[in-house]
Amino acid sequence: MSTKIDINSSSLSKRKLIGFLFISFCLLGVLVALMGLMSLLVQVIIQGYEWVTPNLIFNYPSRHPEQAGLWAALIGTLYMMGLTALITVPVGVGAAIYLEEYAPKNWFTSFVEINTSNLAGVPSIVYGLLGLSIFVYFLKLERSILAGSLTMSLLILPVLILTSREAIKSVPIAHREAAFALGGDRWQVVRMAVLPTAFPGILTGIILALSRAIGEAAPMVAITALVYITFVPVTPMDRFTVLPIQIFNWVSRPQDEFRGLAAGGIIILLILLLSMNSIAVILRNKYQVRSEE
Amino acid sequence: MIKDDKNLKVRKSHRLRVKIEGKVVGFLVGCAAFITILVTISIVWNLAQQSLGFFSEISIIEFFSSTRWSPILIPREFGIAPLVAGTFLVMIISSFVAVPIGLAVAIFLAEYAPNNIRKILRPMLEVLAGIPTVVYGYFALTFVTPLLKLVFDDMIIFNALSAGLVMGIMIIPFVSSLTEDALISVPNSLRQASYALGATKFETSIKVVVPAALSGIVAAFILGLSRAIGETMLVTIAAGATPNLTFNPIESIQTMTAYIVQLALGEAAHGSVEYQSIYAVGILLFIITFAMNTLGHWVVRRWRNVY
Repeated sequence: MSTKIDINSSSLSKRKLIGFLFISFCLLGVLVALMGLMSLLVQVIIQGYEWVTPNLIFNYPSRHPEQAGLWAALIGTLYMMGLTALITVPVGVGAAIYLEEYAPKNWFTSFVEINTSNLAGVPSIVYGLLGLSIFVYFLKLERSILAGSLTMSLLILPVLILTSREAIKSVPIAHREAAFALGGDRWQVVRMAVLPTAFPGILTGIILALSRAIGEAAPMVAITALVYITFVPVTPMDRFTVLPIQIFNWVSRPQDEFRGLAAGGIIILLILLLSMNSIAVILRNKYQVRSEE
Repeated sequence: MIKDDKNLKVRKSHRLRVKIEGKVVGFLVGCAAFITILVTISIVWNLAQQSLGFFSEISIIEFFSSTRWSPILIPREFGIAPLVAGTFLVMIISSFVAVPIGLAVAIFLAEYAPNNIRKILRPMLEVLAGIPTVVYGYFALTFVTPLLKLVFDDMIIFNALSAGLVMGIMIIPFVSSLTEDALISVPNSLRQASYALGATKFETSIKVVVPAALSGIVAAFILGLSRAIGETMLVTIAAGATPNLTFNPIESIQTMTAYIVQLALGEAAHGSVEYQSIYAVGILLFIITFAMNTLGHWVVRRWRNVY
């Protein structure tokens, strides 16, 4: 070892000084990260608060900024979230149950595991390309809300599988053993012993996955293209737009008024996200307390 | 006796039902797991098929050797170099922000912060991670760019620097949470041994804990940067739409992802060369990020110290 440790006190104070400088650097880093967050929120609120009016929420997009609103995008987002949840939840939770409870330890299982973590790292725009050629053109769903939801489902599937697996993994093995000892078969054990305990965790995972989907614009841009929608989607085959795309649309315009509108739209989007995340946090806290008992 | 026999029959049919139900569910959840593989196959197949169409019209040599990307304006030229340069320029700028700050935040959270501060700080970082990328794009364009313009007079409104800096802030939580996981998994006995030898807290963190967690930290950086490469809306909004082979951060550039968005927005005719070009760019993007992610996971597995 080349590091020689001196024990005289002047060197110790020097070492302590270095330690102090280091922690100052770390604190500075934390500060920069928080400043970034703060200035982002402050900027959005200052620019956007006066644009958050009933017009913004209930009107359709318009060339005149003071009349423009994001009603179509808001309904489109909610509609798409519903459909996406219907499609992803059975598949994602099912795959998680398979991987945790059923899968034998073989090459197929480890392949599925590696594959899932790789899918989570695929850029979202690539999912957009996939959706564009498979759902929009190959399956002829056109640029519909169904095509958008299917694309979004594929995008959040790996996230949902990972979080659901964590939730299932955290169920104590004793619960399973007790259920098996009572004579349950595998599915009965999963249904009656594992899933009820894992449920809050899975629900948290679903909400977090959906809140990621709400903010994703890139794959939706590929699906919807440039749209000017002045109607609310009714059937799953209607064309649609979502909040982040509407915001993107407004940001891209050079006029200051549209930038303000964009900030107003961002406030609505952030409120939606924040309320979903707080539900998830509340659920998680409740869940953590229970598992410690 | 007869009654018992009937009960037995009921129980048998019930058991049969349970058995069938179990088999059906087992099959269904197996299918669900298989779908994930199907997704991968269709991504690869779809990108490969569409870009084969592209490369049958544009030679692959031109794609990699030409230094001009002009898919619509005549004379058309498809040289990917400007898009790749733009992508990496933004990534490099973002790494100057995300790597040191991500590491600092992680060390602070894992080694220094008392529990109550950690409890406040972690959710705040999660908020930072949960903000949609369009919002970061808005922030870069309307806040960071005007700020930078005070320093760089001749800066173009859409520029790589602003997008890169904000991208760095955006991936801090991603880098720091992965790094923190790596630091936390270093067993306490190592720290205690270090203190027992008379090391200060700083020496313990830097000379004992960080080296022990190095594989996880390196992996966090690689995965974070791979995320920066795949990020789309932020660079579309703030970095511009001029394919530009430059490493000057105050110029307007275009990344691979931003090009895909630009073309997808215009509803390019299905089957045309420019439509297929987004798949050629897409497959390159997929290969780069896939390679980086695989490298990241490999680093963790290969160099992990198991305690």
